[in-house]
Amino acid sequence: MAVSLFYFFVYPGLLFMAVTGGLLSWYDRKITARVQFRKGPPLLQPFWDFLKLMLVKETILPRQGSRFVFLLAPVLALFGATMAGLFILLPLFNIETGFKGDIIVIFYLLTLPSFSYIIGSLASGNPIAAVGASREMKLIISYELTFLLVVAAVIMKSGQEFDLNSIIAVQQADKPFIGSISGVLLFIAGLFCIQAKLGLVPFDMSEAEAELASGIYIEYSGPPYAMIRLAKYIMLFILPAFIVALLMNGMTGGIGVLWLILKILALVLLVTLIRNTNPRLKIKQASSFFLIWMNLLVIIAIVLNAFGL
Amino acid sequence: MHSDYKTKIVGFKDFVFRKSLWVFHFGGASCNNCDIEILDCLTPRHDLERFGIMLVGSIRHADVLLVNGSINMRDRDRLLELYDQAPKPLLVVAIGACGCTGGIFAEGITFAGPVDKIIPVDAYIPGCPPKPEAIIAGVARLAGRKT
Repeated sequence: MAVSLFYFFVYPGLLFMAVTGGLLSWYDRKITARVQFRKGPPLLQPFWDFLKLMLVKETILPRQGSRFVFLLAPVLALFGATMAGLFILLPLFNIETGFKGDIIVIFYLLTLPSFSYIIGSLASGNPIAAVGASREMKLIISYELTFLLVVAAVIMKSGQEFDLNSIIAVQQADKPFIGSISGVLLFIAGLFCIQAKLGLVPFDMSEAEAELASGIYIEYSGPPYAMIRLAKYIMLFILPAFIVALLMNGMTGGIGVLWLILKILALVLLVTLIRNTNPRLKIKQASSFFLIWMNLLVIIAIVLNAFGL
Repeated sequence: MHSDYKTKIVGFKDFVFRKSLWVFHFGGASCNNCDIEILDCLTPRHDLERFGIMLVGSIRHADVLLVNGSINMRDRDRLLELYDQAPKPLLVVAIGACGCTGGIFAEGITFAGPVDKIIPVDAYIPGCPPKPEAIIAGVARLAGRKT
């Protein structure tokens, strides 16, 4: 019991993921600044942002709409992100093996933040938040099938292993899945899926600052918004970690820790570069991008995998 | 640049608040010159993000309300509504001659007073329009830096 609580709250749980995610968020903002030839924020900026929202700012509740659900949604989002991160990081860091079928649990927990943003924004009673929520729903419907197909393809590649630990073990015994043609295709599709899950620029139509004024987050202020920011920091860390576990060999012992850090930094760099070099898509374009092209890519990868490529 | 706001940092909360000022921009009946200069501050050459300053889209996330342009009778209601909607603590900065005093519109028939007659103002940045350097100096003073 005490060990589980330690796992959940300290390492590799809430505290560790929050600190790492905050540093990755700084990395993301710094890269963005360098791409635009700016200087960029100082190292601890994400933590100052979080602490300011948490300690200083006042919380404003909507007069119309459900206050309870409005306040519950950020807690659910943070819980979903932390729990999913726990199930991903325990096998990835070789701390515990997890259980059979945990990859399905991770898949469902990873959608929990997006779902709770939708619930929270609809509970606020703000019409602009409702537009953002409807866009987020359409986006979830689009990318979730692709993400599930990527996970299914990885399960097929590993020889019907349904837990993350065995998938990593299969890769470490042979070679990482990304070292084959089908693996590369799966990596591309997975990268776009995490881009959409993080709500970064080609797929940020649900918060669209220019048209919807932060969309689904428009009514949040103070501590609830701080929790949403924290959930976003955590997602920025655990989604690349999930891709590393699925396709890129996980962590080997000894010097492997350094490799793991480099892999995650490289993935976040890719995500940041995509977000800095693309305009925002319309929701229709995003839907057809995932439902037609990315699904096609993953199906090709599955067929190639059946031929052993 | 003149500021009524205390420039000495007191306590951890104040420190954190000054470290991360998110800005919401309200343009009154502006001639658009100040707006351009404000946007200039966010460009690569001046880059306000190095002080932790971001432009936000929703007033609920704002820590600083930038007001520029002459405030006419219609703008006054909007400005008051925005001020009520913002979570406190909130800093208000009046930018440009029109925001600070009314400028050449001060005696117009639709003019509803300079910004500080409507809501409390923490810092004034005069100029028509103020240079980006002046705006940065004002903002850095708000962020608790010696200028």
